[in-house]
Amino acid sequence: MEKRAIFGGWLVPYLLLVPQMVVVLFFFYWPAVQTVWQSFLLEDAFGLRTDFVWFDNYKDLASREYLQTIGRTVVFSTCVTVLSLSIALLLAIQADKSIKGAGVYKTLLIWPYAVAPAVAGVLWLFMFQPSLGVVARAMRNLGIPWNPMLNGNHALLLVILASVWKQISYNFLFFLAGLQAIPRAVHEAAAIDGASRTRRFWTVTFPLLAPTGFFLLTVNIVYAFFDTFGIIDAMTGGGPSKATETLVYSVFFQGRLGGNLGASAAQSVALMVIIVALTAVQFRFIERKVTY
Amino acid sequence: MAAVTLENVRKTYTGNVEAVRGVSLTIPNGSFTVLLGPSGCGKSTLLRMIAGLETITAGTCAIGDRIVNDIEPAERDIAMVFQNYALYPHMSVYDNMAYGLRNRRTPKDEIERRVAEAAKLLGIEEFLARKPRALSGGQRQRVAMGRAIVRDPQVFLFDEPLSNLDAKLRVSMRLEIRRLHNRLKATSIFVTHDQVEAMTLADQVVVMNGGQIEQVGAPTDVYRRPASKFVATFIGSPPMNLLPGKIVAPGQIEAGGGALAYDADAFDARVGAGVDIGIRAEDIVVGASGGMPFVHEFVEELGATRVIHGTVAGHPLEFVTPAAAELAAGNSLRVSAASPAAVHVFDPATGRSLRR
Ligand SMILES: Nc1ncnc2c1ncn2[C@@H]1O[C@H](COP(=O)(O)OP(=O)(O)O)[C@@H](O)[C@H]1O
Ligand SMILES: [Mg+2]
Repeated sequence: MEKRAIFGGWLVPYLLLVPQMVVVLFFFYWPAVQTVWQSFLLEDAFGLRTDFVWFDNYKDLASREYLQTIGRTVVFSTCVTVLSLSIALLLAIQADKSIKGAGVYKTLLIWPYAVAPAVAGVLWLFMFQPSLGVVARAMRNLGIPWNPMLNGNHALLLVILASVWKQISYNFLFFLAGLQAIPRAVHEAAAIDGASRTRRFWTVTFPLLAPTGFFLLTVNIVYAFFDTFGIIDAMTGGGPSKATETLVYSVFFQGRLGGNLGASAAQSVALMVIIVALTAVQFRFIERKVTY
Repeated sequence: MAAVTLENVRKTYTGNVEAVRGVSLTIPNGSFTVLLGPSGCGKSTLLRMIAGLETITAGTCAIGDRIVNDIEPAERDIAMVFQNYALYPHMSVYDNMAYGLRNRRTPKDEIERRVAEAAKLLGIEEFLARKPRALSGGQRQRVAMGRAIVRDPQVFLFDEPLSNLDAKLRVSMRLEIRRLHNRLKATSIFVTHDQVEAMTLADQVVVMNGGQIEQVGAPTDVYRRPASKFVATFIGSPPMNLLPGKIVAPGQIEAGGGALAYDADAFDARVGAGVDIGIRAEDIVVGASGGMPFVHEFVEELGATRVIHGTVAGHPLEFVTPAAAELAAGNSLRVSAASPAAVHVFDPATGRSLRR
């Protein structure tokens, strides 16, 4: 049953909506509209003149360099999402099984979530810095070539690992809650029904966890696209030679460091469109299959 | 179908909780056995050990002539109906019932035939395509039973399957389960804390208390010849009246300030010994001379009958009279047992019946 308050007249409900609308308007729509407007403008090098250039800024999006950034972002985001989701699921299954020490285990796993992205980046950099880092030195001693400062692939791997590490706690919490919401008797019924452990996981646990998984998938893609900015900025600054520059980092680089506000705004709009499209696709095609 | 035999079965949970303390029991092939007892007495634990969901700390459990202590639940050829139904929420009713058969690689047409048959038997044919959340409690319960029936197992296990239903539905489902058993004749073990459920369903009632068996017998047996004060008061509503008394001569007891006759051949009690006597509420008659003086307190109207509450010699006592019967007013009432056979004699120290 729904709980509803009934207000007389039409004024009161609208008045109650005003504060929320003001916040949304000023902090969301206004900057968004500004961005779109900005993407049609071109500033000269000295910031003296601003011309309205229609879609000129968008033409640069078809450049080879930008397409490479898109490809890199797809690889980066796929790796981050798949790895952080699957590792978190594995850890959650272990935590769900164990009775003793589960509390300690959970607390330890939740810590990374409290670490700011930039700090996380710096921590990982410390460990993997070629000349000083503990892990980097160990790798060198083992004869594994490692230099994220010069090698782009190494750098990309490093930011992926750090981003995955940062997100595991969050995913873990949700997966664990999802697992614990499945009644024990359902597992027992399946055991009596003759399903092996693996079969039980794929036919009972996994489908029942799917709504949680779907929610996390959306959150993780948005995380990989946007929230990894701090980690990338602190660790590599997008380098070496753009090897770790994702779409959001490119927006920042163009606008803030390159001073090219128009191009930055156009990329921003493109990024927005990509994310909206991705989310829409997910809701349309995946969610329908995972609800029960 | 198979018999289930328990020998000295014990269960100690981590933290030294002794849930079951040495239970030996035979559940004959094809019988409907009810494990009855108050909450926390270890009924579920015993049932779950038979199912293989809990390890057996000591003793043996056999289904048929196979000891199953170390055998996985799936290989025990049992089916279980849980209190909260435990249906698979993401599967349709059909898939819920077919799941166990698919896991056992039953041919598809065989699965279809069996599910259709069980659905017809339970009257859930029209819900086969629905998900469990679109069903009422009673319908879910039927699906849970259907899931057990299609498997055609050696033994059916039920853990308080009716306790989540409303009172009316519980009564009709109870009758249906009994009807189903009469038809399928499969060995069934049913756990409940509700004595009415136990009395109406069982061929054999197992009364449990504190992890041990108090008495095993047919429903009329445990009602008419309770083996202990615990059974006497747990079964029957209102519970059996208990009073301290003393054997004054063979066949004669002094209790509640009056004299009562009991069947001296049936009970093994020394003259002069202190005992506890028990009389069922419906076995008490009013007005006999030499009976116990009764202090009337209040009347509980039940429609066809009424329950009279009061005390004798300070001990609470209840008895049943037809609604039409008029009681003499005042405190001059004397009550007594309807016959010597209606008086049960217990050892006050152990609580066990002194019946030979
Ligand atoms: N998993 C468990 N761990 C520890 N103690 C338990 C567990 N399950 C049940 N118990 C204890 O064992 C006793 C019997 O429980 P149970 O068999 O569920 O009783 P019933 O079904 O008769 O109500 C209770 O004291 C209960 O607290
Ligand atoms: Mg129980």
